[in-house]
Amino acid sequence: MNFERLLIGGGTLVVFLLVWELCADSDAINPLFISSPSRIVHAGSALMTDPDFWNDVRVSANEFIFGYIAAIVIGVPLGLLMGTSRRLSYIFAPFVDTLNAVPRVTLLPLLIIWFGIGIWSKVAVVFLGAVIPIVISALSGVKTNEARFLTMARSFSASRTRIFASIILPGTVPYIFTGLKYAAGRALLGVVVGELYASTAGLGHMIADAGNMFQTDTLFFGVLIFTATGLVVVALLDRLERRFERWRPNVGAAT
Amino acid sequence: MTPKLEAQDIRLSYSQPRSGTQLVAIDGVSLQVMDGEFVAIVGPSGCGKTTFLSVVDGLIAATGGRVLVDGEVVTRPGPDRAVVFQDASLLPWRTVLGNVRYGLECLGVGTREADARAEKLIALVGLSGFEHHYPHELSGGMQQRVNLARALVVDPKILLMDEPFASLDAQTRELMQEELTRIWAQARKTVLFITHQIDEAIYLADRVVVFSGRPGKVKDSIAVDIERPRPIGVKRQARFHALEDRIWGLIDEDVKTKARVKPS
Amino acid sequence: MKRFYLAHERAILGAIGVVLFLMLWEGFERGWWAELLQPPLGPQAARFQLKPIFISSPTRIARMAFDMFFITGAIWKDIGWSSLEFALGIALAFAIGIPLGLAAGWYRRLNYAVEPFLAALNATPQVAFLPLLILWVGTGLASRVMIIVLLAVLPIAISALAAVRTVDARLVRVARSFSAGDALLFRSIILPSAVPFLLAGARLAVGRGMIGIVVGEIYGSSAGIGAMISQAGSRFETDKVFVGVLTIATAGVALVELIRRIERRVDVWRPQVAA
Repeated sequence: MNFERLLIGGGTLVVFLLVWELCADSDAINPLFISSPSRIVHAGSALMTDPDFWNDVRVSANEFIFGYIAAIVIGVPLGLLMGTSRRLSYIFAPFVDTLNAVPRVTLLPLLIIWFGIGIWSKVAVVFLGAVIPIVISALSGVKTNEARFLTMARSFSASRTRIFASIILPGTVPYIFTGLKYAAGRALLGVVVGELYASTAGLGHMIADAGNMFQTDTLFFGVLIFTATGLVVVALLDRLERRFERWRPNVGAAT
Repeated sequence: MTPKLEAQDIRLSYSQPRSGTQLVAIDGVSLQVMDGEFVAIVGPSGCGKTTFLSVVDGLIAATGGRVLVDGEVVTRPGPDRAVVFQDASLLPWRTVLGNVRYGLECLGVGTREADARAEKLIALVGLSGFEHHYPHELSGGMQQRVNLARALVVDPKILLMDEPFASLDAQTRELMQEELTRIWAQARKTVLFITHQIDEAIYLADRVVVFSGRPGKVKDSIAVDIERPRPIGVKRQARFHALEDRIWGLIDEDVKTKARVKPS
Repeated sequence: MKRFYLAHERAILGAIGVVLFLMLWEGFERGWWAELLQPPLGPQAARFQLKPIFISSPTRIARMAFDMFFITGAIWKDIGWSSLEFALGIALAFAIGIPLGLAAGWYRRLNYAVEPFLAALNATPQVAFLPLLILWVGTGLASRVMIIVLLAVLPIAISALAAVRTVDARLVRVARSFSAGDALLFRSIILPSAVPFLLAGARLAVGRGMIGIVVGEIYGSSAGIGAMISQAGSRFETDKVFVGVLTIATAGVALVELIRRIERRVDVWRPQVAA
């Protein structure tokens, strides 16, 4: 990492935090509206000892995990299937495209009608948001398989199943990882969106409540947690991808 | 004596997708390769050499004529023929060892036996020690060696080579030509080798078949009566140049007459 | 006959799939399947009929849509409000995003300074800021416009940044060899090559902007499509909800398709690269 880059980037960040803190402490702007780094840290540490907070974390985590895993379990095979069978992709394509076009938020009232305001409506939102990019990336992974490998396999009289397992499948891995990373962001968004709308627990719920009660510190802390989670999940996926793709000259440059 | 490989009056034509007219790619090619013979095919660009090879391997179906191996008709790829492609086409996610044993896997050979056989071939092509490297870590020449090892390990009766050295620089190319003669002397396969380069064809082969420009037809077959083993220096000898001139002359006529027609 | 099928296989299979789906749906609401399954299943067959409150049906939705669009015209006011918010939000996002992105792309130091903020904002679900925005400016038009800006500004800024950074160095060299100054360089090389990036960014921004409309309205507004959907939902008027959803989806698709068309026309000089 470029030293200058680190210095200027880090420096601006530090300056920003300082100015923020000063504005709040000096009452130049009412801290009720903007909070401040110190207040956020304070609120955060208080929350960490609160069992209700951890319950919220658990609820949101569950919604994320269930929805995301379900999206992978259903999305990857579906995408692979659609990629291999032209007919199947023609049949499913209208549905995938429509789901892609509809902002999930609009489906929220519908999902609440179907699943209630408990955890399952959020899982549904997470699932719907994550499954589409996963399907699409698995599909393109299959389609962009290099013809020269297929010809080579045919020259060795490889059966269709062997071709699929030994050539097509490994070739889709980079694409699937790209899809997984994008889907993780959408899944996280789903948790927030779902909980802000109608929920009884969860971090989004906590943020909404904090907003209503002008507890800006808690609000910011909640947002921070979401940001951190997003970064961590993507970093983990990067790690995983690197393990799977040791054979690549430069990972992370999929497509 | 039955030829190891025989092509009988192979014809290939297909209709152009846009104009609907028939394009004749190969117009009645008959060829015989005896057991252990090294035959090279040369010809101007677009004369159908690669297409012919694909037909021989069974990757493309001919519109007419048939291909026989050891006297029996073949229509699809099989363990009796193996192709060394122009592009190494090594699977990037497999090591050298994994790539070389790919053909054996397709034939259902168990991993342990496949690995053992693969390792021997890797040694033969001079890549011992590189078994666990990935393709992106290898140079172009090394990748082609892996390509060659992969084709040889399935122990085919006939080796089909499609301009395997075309993408290498001039020096590596000469090196590989020498290597190939060494490997072939040991492996003793029947080889059909396609190339653009006349000197390459003469250096490697027992016999050079000259294809005419499109549509593909056999123009002539010229025996190379230079004794083996052939050090690379053989290329500077007079008799070598004589052969080159002769073959060049055959191709030249074609190139000049067909030069006005742009290959589509 | 067969040739016709093969030539249009994609459309035909797609259409068949959709039609089957709609029929299945309609059948559930009207009890077709329940009736069909009566003989073998007896009273259990009643499970195969679902109440319209839960699932509505294609015909009900069509009727409600006709009603809302052409008879009572109630939906036009909502469309108007949402469009206004959208237009304002996107315009602001462009006004902020393009200069910011271009500047950050041009001045390396500015890029370094701005980078951590863009990265943080990108990693956060921006929607999480909505309660904060409401806290600041209330639930009126302003908060809704602001959430749209928040959601749309990032793709625009990032694409503008990328546009400047990925300019073909060779073109720059040619211009410099003709002693082109910064301003001329910018106008004659950077701007034209930036267009495809900006269009792609606009496409993404529009998509996210649509999300912003609904998000902003769904949380406590009284006018706009999102609000309409939310209110209909709380009153279990499922037909209306579907009409709202379809309206937004259609608008989104239409807008994105429009931008794609523009992209295609502008891209004429580019050798086809797989997007």
